Amino acid sequence: MTNLIVLPILIPLLTGAILIFLNKKIVAQRIVAVFSSILTMIAALFIVQKVHNEGIQSLNISSWEAPFGITLVSDMLSALLILTTSIIAFCCLLYSFKSIGEEREKHYYYSVFNFLLVGVNGAFTTGDIFNLFVFFEVMLMSSYVLLVLGGTKIQLRESIKYLLVNVISSALFVIAVAFLYSVVGTLTMAHISERVSQISADGMPGILTVIAVMFLIVFGLKGAIFPLYFWMPGSYYAPPAPVLALFGALLTKVGVYSITRTYTLFFYHDKGFAFQLLSILAILSIVVGVIGAIAYWDVKKIIIYNIIVAVGVILYGVSVMNPASIKGAVYYLIHDMIIKAALFFLVGIIINLTGSANLKKMSGLIGRYPGVGWTFFIASLALAGIPPLSGFVGKLLIVQGGFEGKSFFGAAIVLMSSLLVLFSVMKIFINGFWGQNQTYEGEEKAPVKWLLIAPVILVAISALYGVNSEAILPYIAQAADTLVDPQIYIEAVLKE
Amino acid sequence: MKKTNNIILETSLKALLFFIVLYSVYIFTAGHYYPGGGFIGGLMTAGAIVLLLITYDIKTVQRILPVNYRIITAIGLLLAIGTSASSLLFHVPFLTHRFTHVELPVLGEISLHTATLFDLGVYFVVVGVTMTIIQTIGEDE
Repeated sequence: MTNLIVLPILIPLLTGAILIFLNKKIVAQRIVAVFSSILTMIAALFIVQKVHNEGIQSLNISSWEAPFGITLVSDMLSALLILTTSIIAFCCLLYSFKSIGEEREKHYYYSVFNFLLVGVNGAFTTGDIFNLFVFFEVMLMSSYVLLVLGGTKIQLRESIKYLLVNVISSALFVIAVAFLYSVVGTLTMAHISERVSQISADGMPGILTVIAVMFLIVFGLKGAIFPLYFWMPGSYYAPPAPVLALFGALLTKVGVYSITRTYTLFFYHDKGFAFQLLSILAILSIVVGVIGAIAYWDVKKIIIYNIIVAVGVILYGVSVMNPASIKGAVYYLIHDMIIKAALFFLVGIIINLTGSANLKKMSGLIGRYPGVGWTFFIASLALAGIPPLSGFVGKLLIVQGGFEGKSFFGAAIVLMSSLLVLFSVMKIFINGFWGQNQTYEGEEKAPVKWLLIAPVILVAISALYGVNSEAILPYIAQAADTLVDPQIYIEAVLKE
Repeated sequence: MKKTNNIILETSLKALLFFIVLYSVYIFTAGHYYPGGGFIGGLMTAGAIVLLLITYDIKTVQRILPVNYRIITAIGLLLAIGTSASSLLFHVPFLTHRFTHVELPVLGEISLHTATLFDLGVYFVVVGVTMTIIQTIGEDE
């Protein structure tokens, strides 16, 4: 089917529009949303399989040939990311049913949820730089609504900051695209890549390095790298757990994906400056992230700072830019999306049970909630990268790539960060789950059994992802091949 | 509070409104060959309704035009998505449009293009969104 790769964008879009009609009928909304989310998952699975068998899929929207129209491109990286996104979205829906509350559900929660998925899936699939901007905006607009929906004081305050930062970064994005367009005269990514390599046949000219840094600033603001992460700890603290999981798992990763895509496709000629800058910022993000993660006694904050660590680790892998490190970055990116969603769900359950996010006020949860405890334990081990679980292979490959690329300092930082990440999540486990048994207010009403379904699914996937890495690595390697050799991508799109 | 007698405003509205709506429809239909299209057409129609709102109050306007603008937005979205997705049925890439020349009794030969349906979707979305924004702010106390 020619239009297969448009389905992960089209299905949520259609669902979002239909759900506007059903805004007072909560049960109908839930059924439609789950149904469409399952459909998206099936479509994503088909895409992964098709890309695996037949190579990169590209679709010229409205039948205009490649550099002149908008092209959707699904290589293995975007196919895998879309599959991961749809799995997380499905779990997030299940979690939302019992936790988001009727008031929000009546005010277009599921509709906006689906529009967010349109933005994320679109950003992963598009092969046009300005279309990427549009999908970024679709995603950001929906995230503004999800962040502020409910209208509590903290949400209102943090939405203003979040909105301000993102409006500025979007304006910068437009300016960067304008610069790039004035230099290369095209917007299709494959065509840009071709023109850039023509221009920089002998060394990348200064203006392109400037544009590269501008893209790093723009996507760094979305993806929360050092020193552009400042908005994130506050903004992500405000929304309720399922929205937070969606943000933590998807939004920053779209920024990371965009940096990976633009740097490996456009700016790979400038190993001297742009990649070095990326590498330094990635290492600093790891450092800042772990400092934040071990400093706080607030369960949400700890996991939020762990996002910054993961972003740093992935981008470090990208910046080393050899096959092993890229493979590691792709592997770790998918692992991190899954495990961050699971951790935010679990943290949501803990807060739901104890009525507080402060670690010092909770203890002894494992006595009455062993399911929550052990799921959290496994998720923590996976996050830190303990061998049979999914965090291990990715980090191993990144470190291996670092050593091969003679970047010993960065690789050492990545290794040490694992220890502190483990410490930060074990702190939650030891203080929250061990110790004196206490009872909390409102604990009886918490629908723990239902809420636990989503994180258990994700942790199980994460475990399988780690154990079956042998079977999964061919897919990861295929994704990495495209990133290491942009020629594959260009040929698939421009069909020369 | 008793309303003041806006007899001049109300009378001139009756003459003006017709032209504004007509012009917005003209701009909408001319979009393929001249400047214009769904966005500006929709904005101008919304402008006409806003003029109604200024002259009367929200309740009166709601009685004149008993529509829920959120539903209008959703219908517009569905129209645009439907037009683009219908290309799936014909096994051509998403958003591929078609046009044909039709002989109509009064208008003579005109070309009909599926992009107009997409534009109609844009038109509805723009009217719906603008009016939703203005009404929700207006009703707010």
